[in-house]
Amino acid sequence: MTRLLNLISLWALPVILLTVLTFGIFKKVPLYEEFTEGAKDGFKVSVKIIPYLVAIIVGISMLRASGAIEMLASFLAPILTKFNIPADTLPLMIVRSLSGSGALGIFSDIANHLGPDAYATKLSAVMLGSSETTFYVLAVYFGAVGISKIRYALVIGLLADLVGIIAAISVCNLMFG
Amino acid sequence: MNYIFYALIVISIIIGAINGKLQDVVNSIMSGAELSVKIAFSLIGIMAFWLGVMRIAEKSGLIKIISKILKPITKILFDELSPESPAIGDIAMNFTANAFGLANAATPFGIKAMEELKKENLGQNTASNSMCLFLGMNTAGFQLIPTTVLAVLVGIGYKNPTEIIAPTFIVTLIAFISAIIMAKIGAKISRKLEMKSKEAAND
Repeated sequence: MTRLLNLISLWALPVILLTVLTFGIFKKVPLYEEFTEGAKDGFKVSVKIIPYLVAIIVGISMLRASGAIEMLASFLAPILTKFNIPADTLPLMIVRSLSGSGALGIFSDIANHLGPDAYATKLSAVMLGSSETTFYVLAVYFGAVGISKIRYALVIGLLADLVGIIAAISVCNLMFG
Repeated sequence: MNYIFYALIVISIIIGAINGKLQDVVNSIMSGAELSVKIAFSLIGIMAFWLGVMRIAEKSGLIKIISKILKPITKILFDELSPESPAIGDIAMNFTANAFGLANAATPFGIKAMEELKKENLGQNTASNSMCLFLGMNTAGFQLIPTTVLAVLVGIGYKNPTEIIAPTFIVTLIAFISAIIMAKIGAKISRKLEMKSKEAAND
């Protein structure tokens, strides 16, 4: 099953490319001209997201540097131990919505320090693997098209993250607990 | 967003001062700003490539065909979109790339979809319900195989790293579905609030 999934992952992009190009040439689309025309936007879009990325990434970097996440973690730790959740995973729960590289760093730290047999390693692996960095996605996707009034989008993203955390805890408790 | 931005910075400075980490906080402004530009620039090449491919797919009519195939699903999810919208094809491509963990390809597809959604929304700078739903689906991070996590587990000598694939998939599926449901609820609530404020304006 895993090998099949890996195979699909490997072939997904080549198949998309082959399909798009073959279909294009079959329909007599001037491939090279249209490709370069579309590719022109790559630079424009990337530059356009910079202000949004700077606002969010600087804000989050500052928050992480201030020690606020550790403070929140130590504040919440007693509640977690009640539910049989290792306190080591708490910073990951908070950071995974904020910073992708930060979350990966915390996960590697847990994995390397507690080792492969620790429940915390398994739980944090599932937590990280099932999440996407909400603030980053928000900055890039809305930034690229100049959306500044985000309405309830962030609320949904964060609530879904919370649901993910609770689901990860429940599923891991069932499977590895 | 204004309040979030304000809160992030004010909380960081105050807590940084309490913890005696104000110097780190100040330094992080510099490193954060640098990181943002690095991320944006690292996107240019791959973004250009996939936007080029997408342009071919669009011109050849392939996107339209994909949109048609997915119509039964998208009609329910994105009920505010016109069924012929090219956004549907882009959303489908974004979803496929995400599912296979191809974040580099998923981002250009997603941005393309957002552009189309913005056009449908008459180019306003306010997010439409469809945009909030699409964003929610992306932040839930639906993917079949968590490749990065597996790589770390292999690195520390985890005996059977593939055992986390199934639980991760279940969790990500739950988060993904809940994001869709919550987006739908959000749309309903905001519609009700709008109606109320309109009624108030009429009185």
